[in-house]
Amino acid sequence: MKILVPVKRVLDYNVKARVKADGSGIDLANVKMSMNPFDEIALEEAIRIKEKGNAEEIIAVSIGVQQNQETLRTALAMGADRAILVVATDDVHNDIEPLTVANILAAIALKEGPSLILCGKQAIDNDFNATAQMLSAKLKWSQATFASEIDVKEDNVRVTREVDGGLQTIDAKIPAVVSVDLRLNEPRYASLPNIMKAKRKPLEEINPADLGVEVTQRLKVIKTKEPDSREAGLILENIDQLVEKIQENVGG
Amino acid sequence: MKILVLAEINNGELAEDQTSKTVSAASTLGKVDVLCASNQCSDASTNIAKMENVENVLVLEDVLFAESLAESYSETLMDTINSYSHIFAPSSSFGKNVLPRIGGMLDVMVISDVSKVISEDTFERPVYAGNAIQTVQSIDKVKLISVRTSNYSAVPSTGSADIKKIDCKGNNPLTTFIENKMQTSDRPELTSAKVVVSGGRGVGSKENFEIIEGLADKLGAAVGASRAAVDSGFAPNDWQVGQTGKVVAPDLYVAVGISGAIQHLAGMKDSKVIVAINKDEEAPIFQVADFGLVDDLFKAVPEIEKKV
Repeated sequence: MKILVPVKRVLDYNVKARVKADGSGIDLANVKMSMNPFDEIALEEAIRIKEKGNAEEIIAVSIGVQQNQETLRTALAMGADRAILVVATDDVHNDIEPLTVANILAAIALKEGPSLILCGKQAIDNDFNATAQMLSAKLKWSQATFASEIDVKEDNVRVTREVDGGLQTIDAKIPAVVSVDLRLNEPRYASLPNIMKAKRKPLEEINPADLGVEVTQRLKVIKTKEPDSREAGLILENIDQLVEKIQENVGG
Repeated sequence: MKILVLAEINNGELAEDQTSKTVSAASTLGKVDVLCASNQCSDASTNIAKMENVENVLVLEDVLFAESLAESYSETLMDTINSYSHIFAPSSSFGKNVLPRIGGMLDVMVISDVSKVISEDTFERPVYAGNAIQTVQSIDKVKLISVRTSNYSAVPSTGSADIKKIDCKGNNPLTTFIENKMQTSDRPELTSAKVVVSGGRGVGSKENFEIIEGLADKLGAAVGASRAAVDSGFAPNDWQVGQTGKVVAPDLYVAVGISGAIQHLAGMKDSKVIVAINKDEEAPIFQVADFGLVDDLFKAVPEIEKKV
């Protein structure tokens, strides 16, 4: 079977997001960009499924600007077999909404026929947590979100989900869309020989129009501002002072 | 404008705090109807009917909804949804699972994790782990909104809504529920507790986490954890506070052995008072804490527990 893994290029998780002075968004010029950490986990899982002999091919897809091909090269170096770059904008500040991403991925899925689509549960930039669910709805496939364990069987995939109260296990019929959570695995680093090999792996470049998908923006960003900041408070000298402060604020 | 709130009900048990706060956010725009879909609805619907600003409670009782699986839930809702312009759900694992699927079916964007309802089409929401707040305006016909409930207070229980049964047709050939492994605890629920005591990597082990739990129990608090502590197996996943875990805003948040990565701060910096205990005086947590103590947690926490 084939596994499709969408990977997003986002501001590196170690870099602090800076709001642009004119309030138009986050400054993404000349900052370190990386693969969305949740997508790395999804890709790692796909590679492990393949290594166990339960999949033949892994296709990585990235949607955004031309530079997303760097993210796809990383995916290929980690172990994806081929990559599809969908150039949907020429401005890195133009975030493609999950609904459009889902439409593009649905069109690719219909063409490629994967049995499983593994997505990160959310992108750490827009924090929407929506693409996998929307994609699953578009395809009318089964949906399993926030996976912390994935077991691929013949007709279904058994997924343990991290939910608010604990863990829930469901069987999702194949083909399925699964979104992955933090504790599913620890992604590998690409080795140097694999980085070299990745340069020769196929990377196809297309446009949303090639798939018959229109890029829309349903949410107009009117303003981006800094959150209210908290002032650093007092460093207390001893435990008794702290006990006093706790008592003042319990049930207050 | 017609507003529907999706009540969170797990196996007949209403998540009252989450649902009431979602009603509160939706009430910014007017009176609301609440959908009560579960395998047992009588207790839940009675409680929802008392929530201020609720006009109708729509009851959809079927074993199909016991676990609120996304496919059956959203499929069935399609019949009901057509007459509503706004659909609100809590930004919990229930809301995050179901609402975007409804968005996919309706071809409508979801507006996730809304911290403030400004008008019928304009909303504020945090992005980049709360490092920025965005104001967005939706051009969609239907607005799908998941609510960051920690930003709202519960509505008073002074209402008296009508309870109406609605018909259910639906099945779910796509997913099958296997089992739940839920944490049971006598402690208050993390997202609604007045006091939260959280432990981080500094706690060191699952056994040591009893120090955190001891202080929490003394204070009648819920127990939280940083991602590092959960990843290391010191604490279960449902304790995680942060960008990808739960968002809390208690009266008092006590952070023990937590360095204060931005991803953790995203989940707790709206707390009224933050107290931090860490042996590293450079820990970023002290930059957001109202009161800090630079000390060894293994010495300080048991002593605090004794003295409070």
